[in-house]
Amino acid sequence: MRRFTWFNATSLTFGFAFLYMPMVILIIYSFNASKLVTVWAGFSTKWYGELLSNQAFLDAAWVTLRVGVASSTLATVLGTMAAYVLVRAGRFHGRTLFSGMIYAPLVMPEVITGLSLLLLFIGIGLDRGIFTIILAHTTFSMCYVSVVVSSRLVSFDKSLEEAALDLGCSPFTAFRLVTLPIIAPAVVSGWLLAFTLSLDDLVIASFTAGPSATTLPIKIFSAVRLGVSPEINALSTIMISIVAVGVISASIISKRAAIKQQQEEMAAVRSS
Amino acid sequence: MAQTVFAPWNDPQAKPLIQFKNVTKRFGDFTAIDNLSQDIYEREFFALLGPSGCGKTTMMRMLAGFENPTEGQILIAGQDMAGVPPNERAVNMMFQSYALFPHLTVWDNIAFGLKRMNMPKDQLNARVEDMLRLTRLTKFAKRKPHQISGGQRQRVALARSLARAPKLLLLDEPLGALDKKLREETQFELMDIQEKTGTTFVIVTHDQEEAMTVASRVAVMDEGRIMQVATPANIYEEPNSVYVADFIGDVNIIQGKAHKTSADGYDIAWAEGHEPFHAKTSIQLDEGQNAFIAIRPEKISVSPDKPEGAVNAIKGQIVDIAYLGNVSTYHVRIPGGLVIKAQAANTRRLSRRAFTWEDEVWLSWTLTGGSVLSE
Repeated sequence: MRRFTWFNATSLTFGFAFLYMPMVILIIYSFNASKLVTVWAGFSTKWYGELLSNQAFLDAAWVTLRVGVASSTLATVLGTMAAYVLVRAGRFHGRTLFSGMIYAPLVMPEVITGLSLLLLFIGIGLDRGIFTIILAHTTFSMCYVSVVVSSRLVSFDKSLEEAALDLGCSPFTAFRLVTLPIIAPAVVSGWLLAFTLSLDDLVIASFTAGPSATTLPIKIFSAVRLGVSPEINALSTIMISIVAVGVISASIISKRAAIKQQQEEMAAVRSS
Repeated sequence: MAQTVFAPWNDPQAKPLIQFKNVTKRFGDFTAIDNLSQDIYEREFFALLGPSGCGKTTMMRMLAGFENPTEGQILIAGQDMAGVPPNERAVNMMFQSYALFPHLTVWDNIAFGLKRMNMPKDQLNARVEDMLRLTRLTKFAKRKPHQISGGQRQRVALARSLARAPKLLLLDEPLGALDKKLREETQFELMDIQEKTGTTFVIVTHDQEEAMTVASRVAVMDEGRIMQVATPANIYEEPNSVYVADFIGDVNIIQGKAHKTSADGYDIAWAEGHEPFHAKTSIQLDEGQNAFIAIRPEKISVSPDKPEGAVNAIKGQIVDIAYLGNVSTYHVRIPGGLVIKAQAANTRRLSRRAFTWEDEVWLSWTLTGGSVLSE
């Protein structure tokens, strides 16, 4: 059913052009030799070099990286626990409410999340800085992790855990030795997703960041207000590649795991 | 030479390994187990047999510790199991889905339970090798569960659950996923392993043939209650109710009114204007009480003429013949419209068989050919 028609080709080209043209232009101009963003003056990588000697950007990048790793790790732990409880605990009073409450931040406007966190941090007298950004990012990315992990847990054969208990495991050992290795691909792609979200976030970070810590998106945004420089283009290109790698590897990991699982199930059906 | 028959349930001195004492289990409004008491003895191969939803799996899960009884007590080796979690019970279970750990090799699957016991390394290796040998899996030790066949997986599951040398092994529909031929082979293998290891086995199944083949005693369950517990032969020959008779094998049930004729003889008047059927039984019935005769098809003989001196004989017409190779089942309509199934061995070749459709034949059986049941 692979039919090549002019109509298909045109709609494909327009669709992808619409989605990716801005990014492609940005990437191309990051290799522009000219200082003027809109004038092409030949290929050069000098803005990448310049970027590396800009201490303010490097500091912001370092903050962003630390926030990303810390918050996505925290979010993965909390999100996996939440998913486990919601899928496994069976029916308890208020279960629907609980799962609704976990997924609510998915649809909550970021401005509201950011503002409420800001109020909370001021209320409890927490100085804004890298720690508050980590907390804020954990808060909104853990629900994404929990969605990814719970969809894997739903198809997980519960008798595997029972077998582990039956063979002498405590509930925690059963989780560590049986459940976790089997759901590991989902947990890893949850982590990558959380990391990518944290890297991208501008709104929540600007509410919760303090003068001591600025993330890369905040830095870029404030720099752009003074005019777009080719340096920003270079930086954005690097961020696009990191995010692309994260998203693509997350989807490859979960796809591979799904295919492998399917093959194992097929093998099981065929031989029994 | 006197052979001792294995029947601890008839020995009042014998101590049961498992005791259910007035156990009730409710899930919300649904009563899965209804005030059930039952003893199971050491080295027994005990089968819980019943349709789905009869509570047999719930009984097993309570023994494993995955469910707690709502009321009553479960004792294993005299110890009350209330509140003892599954990992602290000397009980292992073989799951219906086998529940093999997909990320571990066959060897590691079998070693999994032993590692939790902090067994010394050399002892552990020796035990796993023993288990592999017992279940003929040595060649597959390094494979993952998805790289072996269904029958092999079933044996891995068995080896894994036996590795910790449990006092009690629970088997939840262990052969359900195997095809018929492999299932029959495996049944004998199971019995062999049970005998070799001396472990008490409790098996849950809905397949009555399987229960009859492997078990020392069979418990027939319905709606959370045990209807009858007996050896396979007694369950088949002396069912205590229409439900059990009907559940195990093929049976003809004839309903009628009881009339006492001697100390243990009854006439069952089953239709107006016909001679009542005669039967011998140890149960006591009231005069005119509703009663049933349950007769197995193979206990009824089919003949062209009225057999001389037959206690029970009735004329009918063949409406259907089911040819099964070694035996044929004749469906014979007797006066009153009731269709009786009678089975005859095909000792002759098909072409020389005596009866065909619409033939008039006589059905007959002896005084003890049928069981008299009151419910």
